[in-house]
Amino acid sequence: MTTNEKSWPQSIRDFFCSLKLTMFLLITLAVISIIGTIIPQGSPPPEYLQTISQNKLKLYQTLGFFDMYHSWWFILLLSLLCINLIACSIKRLPHIWQTITQPVLVMSDGLEKTLSSRTMFITNGDSSTLRDRIAAVLKAEFADPVITIDGGAFHLFAQKAPWSRLAVYAVHLSVLVIFIGAIIGSLFGYKGYVNIIEGQTISNVMSRTDKEIDLGFALRCEQFSVAKYPNGAPKEFKSIITVLENGRPVPDYTNVRVIVNDPLTYKGITFYQSSYGNAGDYFFTVSDVSGKEGATFKVDRNSSVTLPDGSSMHIIEETDDVSTFAPALSGPAVQVEIHDQRGGAEKVIVYANHPELNIQHAKEHSGGLVLQYKGSQKRMYTGLQVAKDPGVWVVWLGCLLMVVGIYVAFFMSHRRIWVRVENGTITIGGNASKNQAGFQLFMEQLVTKFKKQLPLEDNK
Amino acid sequence: MTSSLLFNITTLLYLASMLAFFAALVNRTKSFFGSAGSFTAFGGLLLQTIAIGLRWKESYTLGVGHAPLSNLYESVVFFSWTIVLIYGLLDLKYRYRVIGAFVMPFALMGMAWAHLGMKSGIEPLVPALQSNWLLYHVITCFLGYAAFAVACGISIMYLIRENHERAAQSKKESIVSTFPTSRVLDDLNYKAIMIGFPLLTLGIITGAAWANYAWGTYWSWDPKETWSLIVWFIYAAFLHARITKGWVGRRAAWLSIIGFAATIFCYLGVNLLLSGLHSYGG
Repeated sequence: MTTNEKSWPQSIRDFFCSLKLTMFLLITLAVISIIGTIIPQGSPPPEYLQTISQNKLKLYQTLGFFDMYHSWWFILLLSLLCINLIACSIKRLPHIWQTITQPVLVMSDGLEKTLSSRTMFITNGDSSTLRDRIAAVLKAEFADPVITIDGGAFHLFAQKAPWSRLAVYAVHLSVLVIFIGAIIGSLFGYKGYVNIIEGQTISNVMSRTDKEIDLGFALRCEQFSVAKYPNGAPKEFKSIITVLENGRPVPDYTNVRVIVNDPLTYKGITFYQSSYGNAGDYFFTVSDVSGKEGATFKVDRNSSVTLPDGSSMHIIEETDDVSTFAPALSGPAVQVEIHDQRGGAEKVIVYANHPELNIQHAKEHSGGLVLQYKGSQKRMYTGLQVAKDPGVWVVWLGCLLMVVGIYVAFFMSHRRIWVRVENGTITIGGNASKNQAGFQLFMEQLVTKFKKQLPLEDNK
Repeated sequence: MTSSLLFNITTLLYLASMLAFFAALVNRTKSFFGSAGSFTAFGGLLLQTIAIGLRWKESYTLGVGHAPLSNLYESVVFFSWTIVLIYGLLDLKYRYRVIGAFVMPFALMGMAWAHLGMKSGIEPLVPALQSNWLLYHVITCFLGYAAFAVACGISIMYLIRENHERAAQSKKESIVSTFPTSRVLDDLNYKAIMIGFPLLTLGIITGAAWANYAWGTYWSWDPKETWSLIVWFIYAAFLHARITKGWVGRRAAWLSIIGFAATIFCYLGVNLLLSGLHSYGG
């Protein structure tokens, strides 16, 4: 790639301008991006971590494989891609710009030889009449020509869509614009979440990095509900939300319906329906294995309770109908986790309609405490994703530029036609930046039209 | 008349079309087989269009009304439809029928797999998919995928033909000599990707817009998103290969084939093998 004669800056410039670098970067990005689709990103679940060895875990952590799309080497590759496309554009743009703004008006012999489409025929008549007729045909069929006199001949030049040559650079620019939008978003925006119990008002949300963020206004969850299809599949998750400023409801933001695919936006912050649950109390009785009715206690979703033998218990999951998990059973059930004093933990399912299963479980385990589930008092909470991203419009602008740019770059072509009128000899040449076959056809038809308008020998 | 009956007839027509194209390769003196292949394919396309419309209508009769683009079965059927559509457009424009012999197998495989190996019941739409973005996103993506399928078929033909051209001219009477020349195939490959690349770009953008609208993030490096970007990188490399020394021809054809393999992984592999946000089978 470098020769001895090249200076340092020159060889660095050649390196960053090279298409081979582009190919290398695109293919490398494609291949290494696979890593992050196989290794879980973010904080990998414990089940996954158990499947890999300690050495592998250390290696992955060192290489940044658990957050590879933000690792220094991935960002470096993206940066190199940006530098590459900027360098290529800077190298080629001045020449393209000149082609567009200072077109070659006269077809010299040298230019003529390079053109893909050339025709010549002989006619008679006065040069300026021929010139005018050809100009009229060009104007009607193609574009208004520029006429120059050079070397005793008339030169006509007409072109279409010269700016379409810029489309490739617009696509390159759009990639940069999208990156800029993403950087704005990560610097000035945040992503977070908040759980609001029905009737509760909140004014802070938790960011993904576990920082508390003050919204500057408050949100109240009026109601949360789940609608289902007849077959039991979920149909709609719906929160009714009111925005409050200084404790007073904001008129257009009172009792707003927030469902999946229909978020609420207020002052640049958007709230998305994301999850839900029961924050109410769960009721149990506890007794010994004899099966007689024991003492009642309650526990809410977010805390734990100490049982008579000193172990503690908290709720993991609940269902109103256990038959969806175990078809032979029925009624409500909860899954709880019990931590005994020796530090052991076990997950137990406690049923409402199946006391015999609860007793059986107690008998099989040394603790011997019988838990019976007595149902819960529903107090739903809604889980909302919170996002503020001031860069998102820059990203959409970049996307628009990319789509328009790709369309123009693929489907529009800069077409140029030169005509020389010299002593009754008409020479027509042309070229197109794309779709040569289509242009060839167009030129053949154009030449036929010229011939009809000119006093040719065969026309008589 | 039910949609499933029409889908079955469509599958048979695609089979007949593929066989006719094979016959056209073997028997190159008669243009009858090539025309028969094209007409059968167009007949199948028309029938499948009606069937998809009918299934859409049937979903409303069942009270769960939604576009038939909501699960693996429906997406595979739609994929087959888009492949034949893109092939049809290229055929009408450029008149190189025999590429059908390398394209129709993809459409047939899709229809056969959907009808022999999948449940075809119409199900209600889960909340995550209840959006008009579903239509824009799925249609653009699949038209893009289909163009890549056609390009892959053409690239396979290119590699065979190019091998044949490089080998000695002794075996002039082989089937391969009925293929269009490698220059024409290279050009058709580029034309198919010129259709596919803008559509894939639109598909990724509509997906990002939908994700932003529904979840608040236009990009979260979910496996589906990442794989769509991998596919985009490969075809971006293909487009640059055409102006890079040493990459024109065979290497470009291989990029097109690898690109389609990545497309298929993005479409099926991610859902069947990896986990992520995009788990509706579409």
